[in-house]
Amino acid sequence: MKNISFGQYYPAESLIHRLDARAKVILALLYIVCSFLCKNIISFAALALSAVVLVLLSNIPLKAVFRAIRPILFVMLFTVVLNVFWTKGESPLFSWGILTVYPEGLYNALFMLVRILSLIIGTSIFMTYTTTPIELADAIEQLLAPLKKIKIPVHEFSMMMTVALRFIPTLIEETEKITAAQKARGADFSSGGLIKRAKALIPILVPLVISAFRRADELATAMECRCYRGGDGRTKLHVLHYDAKDFLMMAVVVVFGVLLIGLNMLAIGYTM
Amino acid sequence: MSDAFIQVENLNYSYAEEDGREIPVLHDISFEIGRGEYVAILGHNGSGKSTLAKLLNLILTPTSGRILFDGKDVAEKELTEDELYQLRRKVGMVFQNPDNQLVATIVEEDVAFGPENLGLPQQEIRRRVDESLAIVGMTEYAHHEPHRLSGGQKQRIAIAGIIAMLPECMIFDESTAMLDPSGRKDVLRTIETLNREKGITVLTITHYMNEAAKADRIIVLDDGRILMEGTPAEVFARPEILRKAGLDVPQCSALVEGLREAGFAISGDCYSPELCAEAICRYIQEKRA
Repeated sequence: MKNISFGQYYPAESLIHRLDARAKVILALLYIVCSFLCKNIISFAALALSAVVLVLLSNIPLKAVFRAIRPILFVMLFTVVLNVFWTKGESPLFSWGILTVYPEGLYNALFMLVRILSLIIGTSIFMTYTTTPIELADAIEQLLAPLKKIKIPVHEFSMMMTVALRFIPTLIEETEKITAAQKARGADFSSGGLIKRAKALIPILVPLVISAFRRADELATAMECRCYRGGDGRTKLHVLHYDAKDFLMMAVVVVFGVLLIGLNMLAIGYTM
Repeated sequence: MSDAFIQVENLNYSYAEEDGREIPVLHDISFEIGRGEYVAILGHNGSGKSTLAKLLNLILTPTSGRILFDGKDVAEKELTEDELYQLRRKVGMVFQNPDNQLVATIVEEDVAFGPENLGLPQQEIRRRVDESLAIVGMTEYAHHEPHRLSGGQKQRIAIAGIIAMLPECMIFDESTAMLDPSGRKDVLRTIETLNREKGITVLTITHYMNEAAKADRIIVLDDGRILMEGTPAEVFARPEILRKAGLDVPQCSALVEGLREAGFAISGDCYSPELCAEAICRYIQEKRA
């Protein structure tokens, strides 16, 4: 559990690691748009290929990429089943009882699978894996900086995000400790119905929440002791700066999007 | 004005129970800590030492009495945000739980947090981060995630985060209490380096004898009063008073005390393992001669 992939930076040397964090946020958004542009088998094939290229470019081992995918395996399976059995087409491929499968259903399932996979790979490669959470928070803070003019506390939001990311592993560790402590006292988390199991979580949640408040209090004191007084007048160890490679990469993704639109026009096979 | 960095004068603190009763915690505490000194405040649970820490931290305001940092009274009236900020620059605090002091998810970014708040230029932050990590011996971990480090390592990162602000004085509030013995050793060595080599005034609040033994001076707190004050040699020479305060003597002192009771006339100070070993060696050589 200590190695959760959410918000977990993977240190490595790569082109994508060196990109500006703001550029990476924009790139991730552009890539999401790209994945929704695909309509036929050729454009989806191009999307799948681009995801592979991204993984290769980022120097992140496949094992780590699979870790990002594992939590959504169920969602993917669900989507596939739903698409296979609920898409209506013209000529059924085969029927089995009340279930009828059309070729369109298989296509849709495949397309959705590729789309979800590339979404996850794209966002985790561009953002969580190659960008430290602090850089990410900084990037979002700077991208949203114009909103400060209308009194939106952008710095505070980004600080909250950083602190939340920092404490996720700590709180997970604590949850494990409390669970073990409650088990040692005879708590049973794995039997009984849904309600009984939900109730069994209370002895974990109550101490966890109390301790989270205590931690928050101590952290606030520690931050004040380190002269923290909000975003005004703060400087940064890592100053973000755009580079030629950032603009180049964004241009590449935009061109890729245009290419996808073009590929959609090719009348090959089923179109979503 | 004397050359004291921290002056505590007739400090009293009591907290109000829900039914309105006043429960006194600290009684008329006065002490001074000189510039560049290394002082330990020693006390067992309930001696009032955590209350004292909170007062020095300005989390609590004293019922009566004065606390002066660098000649400036900080307890007299509510400090303005700016005065508080100036004070925090000079006096760094390291707390008990390293987890609850680290803000950032990468070690060097956490160390940079203080200097960033001071609004220093980027190169200066870089220089201070590198220097601070070198002082605590964590340079090679600059790009690690704090939650993958051990307790002692995390605490040294927390200390580096304070050093990077170049404080004149550092207060350690039970900073080794949650660490394993090797982590404690590392942190103690770091504290000694800060005091001896960097000239930072150090005040540690602790209940560990061995930790207090490293200080120039020990203030023993019991039941909200100062029970004893002196060099480690003076304090540990009086185990009966320490035991009365619910404290133990360092193991080596206890060993020598036992030996003396058994009729071995070992002389000299024996509050650290090194001193103890020397004293016993000396005794054996004298016997042989």
